Amino acid sequence: MKNTLRQILHARNFMIGFITIMIILFAVSIYPLFNQGSPLDMIGLGTFFKPGTYISMYDAVETAPTYTLRLDGAAAKRVEAKLPQADRESMKRWLVAYGIPDEAVNTDDLNDLLNLWNNTYDPDARPAGLTSAFRKSVARIDTVLAGLLESLDVRVYTEEPESGEMRETAQIKDNQYINVSEVVNTRQLWLGTDNFGRDAFKELLAATGVSLKIGLIAGVIATVLGLLLGLVSGFVGGIVDDIIMFFANLFTVIPGFVLLILISYSIGQEQRGATVVAAVIGCTSWVWTTRSVRAQTLSLRNRDHVNLSRLSGHSLPRILITDILPYIASYVVMALILQICSGILAEAQLSMLGLGPKTTETPTLGLMMFWGMTYAAHQNGAWWAYFPVILMIALVSFSLNLMNTGLDQVFNPQLRS
Amino acid sequence: MLEQVLTNSIAQGGLCLSGKGVTKIFGMGARRTVAVDHVDFEFRKSEVISIVGESGSGKTTLVKMLLGLTSVTEGDIYFMGQKRDISSRKKKHDYWRGIQAIFQDPFSSYNIFHKIDAVLLDCINMRGGKGLPKKKKVEMMAEACSFVNLKYEELTNKYPFELSGGQMQRLMIARIFLLQPSILLADEPTSMIDACSRATILDMLLNLRKDIGMTIIFVTHDIGLAYYVSDTVYIMERGKIVEFGGADDVILRPKADYTQRLIQDVPKIHEPWDFTNRKARTAVFV
Repeated sequence: MKNTLRQILHARNFMIGFITIMIILFAVSIYPLFNQGSPLDMIGLGTFFKPGTYISMYDAVETAPTYTLRLDGAAAKRVEAKLPQADRESMKRWLVAYGIPDEAVNTDDLNDLLNLWNNTYDPDARPAGLTSAFRKSVARIDTVLAGLLESLDVRVYTEEPESGEMRETAQIKDNQYINVSEVVNTRQLWLGTDNFGRDAFKELLAATGVSLKIGLIAGVIATVLGLLLGLVSGFVGGIVDDIIMFFANLFTVIPGFVLLILISYSIGQEQRGATVVAAVIGCTSWVWTTRSVRAQTLSLRNRDHVNLSRLSGHSLPRILITDILPYIASYVVMALILQICSGILAEAQLSMLGLGPKTTETPTLGLMMFWGMTYAAHQNGAWWAYFPVILMIALVSFSLNLMNTGLDQVFNPQLRS
Repeated sequence: MLEQVLTNSIAQGGLCLSGKGVTKIFGMGARRTVAVDHVDFEFRKSEVISIVGESGSGKTTLVKMLLGLTSVTEGDIYFMGQKRDISSRKKKHDYWRGIQAIFQDPFSSYNIFHKIDAVLLDCINMRGGKGLPKKKKVEMMAEACSFVNLKYEELTNKYPFELSGGQMQRLMIARIFLLQPSILLADEPTSMIDACSRATILDMLLNLRKDIGMTIIFVTHDIGLAYYVSDTVYIMERGKIVEFGGADDVILRPKADYTQRLIQDVPKIHEPWDFTNRKARTAVFV
């Protein structure tokens, strides 16, 4: 027993999978302590805010003290952020038509481009081959540029509530900075927000927890059912075996997922909590555990130690628990891990069809993907709303499968390398 | 002297186990297999009986039926002169107090997850010693171990796989010593044991028979062993008993062809191995 435990701890596959799952579980249980509030709070008004740090503009203006920093290229950056690539291409086209060699114009180096532009641009010039509409659009770009390069102070005015008078409260220079840590209200949205304006990272962690719970409940139900039926069917034999195997065969022939859809549909949206969905998944996936436990029990039933146990007058439950179960325990643990994994995947599949847990009360990985898909996150380029979810499902099922392979290598000597 | 007593008791002894038309059929329809086919037998008290046959002749199935581990398809088994009744768990329990077994493979006879003490404690509990003080139980186990030349102090707290095959099989005999059944079914108890331990184990079984007047039923494919230990021999072929009688009668003056072939197949030390002759004989069988 001790030896087996040591072998398991030395199985690399198992340990990698186990540690990954533990890290995920740790994050799931720890994160809510740092980031209080329900993961389903709709904090953002609008859909799919980008990932990043959000700083309250209102508080940023009021934040004191301010610091003066002289940073090179700050103005250029400001311009860069406001000068789209299309405008730069238009500038280049004008310059080339004006007679500047093509190689000399570099749209990527903004400083260079601006210098060249300020030195050469002449609003009255009429380079050959340019329409008057294009010349006008270039003239507009030039006006914008002039405005951008001029560094005017930003003045903040406040409206007096009684008189309605405007009073200047702050004047912000272009080299004035504040420290982000001194701003009262900031929010780190690692994965932005989803379509409802929920914090996607927080929701992802909460959803992972719920999905693991669903997987665990479904896995335990399926394994316990399968184990019980398999043991009884294999050991007792006869008519009991025939009846159990009849139902097992019936469930094998009917595609499990279709059954799952039908049951979920007939339960109805109101009754479908996470636990109910987990139970439904568990009740439809016991078949394979039953079949394999039965096969193993059949081969153990005729072993001499079982016969001896019967001759010693032990009862049927005692023989099943002490003489059969320990011999197949390793197999059952492996089956349980796989059942947990397939439970998580089944929930995701059901939720994608809108038949998962009640949509407004619990976050699950499947539901996050469902809403991402419904609000066309993949077409809007909002990768943060669905890609991390896919990654998390893949990571969880990959680690569970790694654990299973690792255990298999320990318990099945033929696989040891 | 003791031999004389035993011979007398055999002569006077009644039947302890007998069967009439005992049949076992596995499967149905096309997969129907008759493993044991209308077998009649009469085992007397304190006798040593051998059931000899090749692999697949139905010996082990017969043993399982005798032990009540598998159902009898047809026919009746009589235990101590009365029709056997093992319909309830209580009745089975009582039956197994009177009839016990030693199996062929000592390595698979133990639950590897339990310590050795558990096997012996089960026996004490089965004979109604559940309420005994722990000290008394330990004494009983130590006595049983010393009967089979094992030291209880060395075995306690050990797992079965820490013992050798011979030690395991001797411990099985210690189990029988504690249970003291009136009938012991020994299903090839020495076939997986090395030659040195074999004689020791047989001697221990025969000693046990002397001490508690137990009937021993040997099941074996080794007709030489059967001749060495038994009073009565039953020869089984394809689920049927083809010949039975006193060991001397059956083995020295065999009547059935099958018995003669079995006897010819025993390798003899004083004759050189005749390969050509054996080959010719195999050809005849085919």
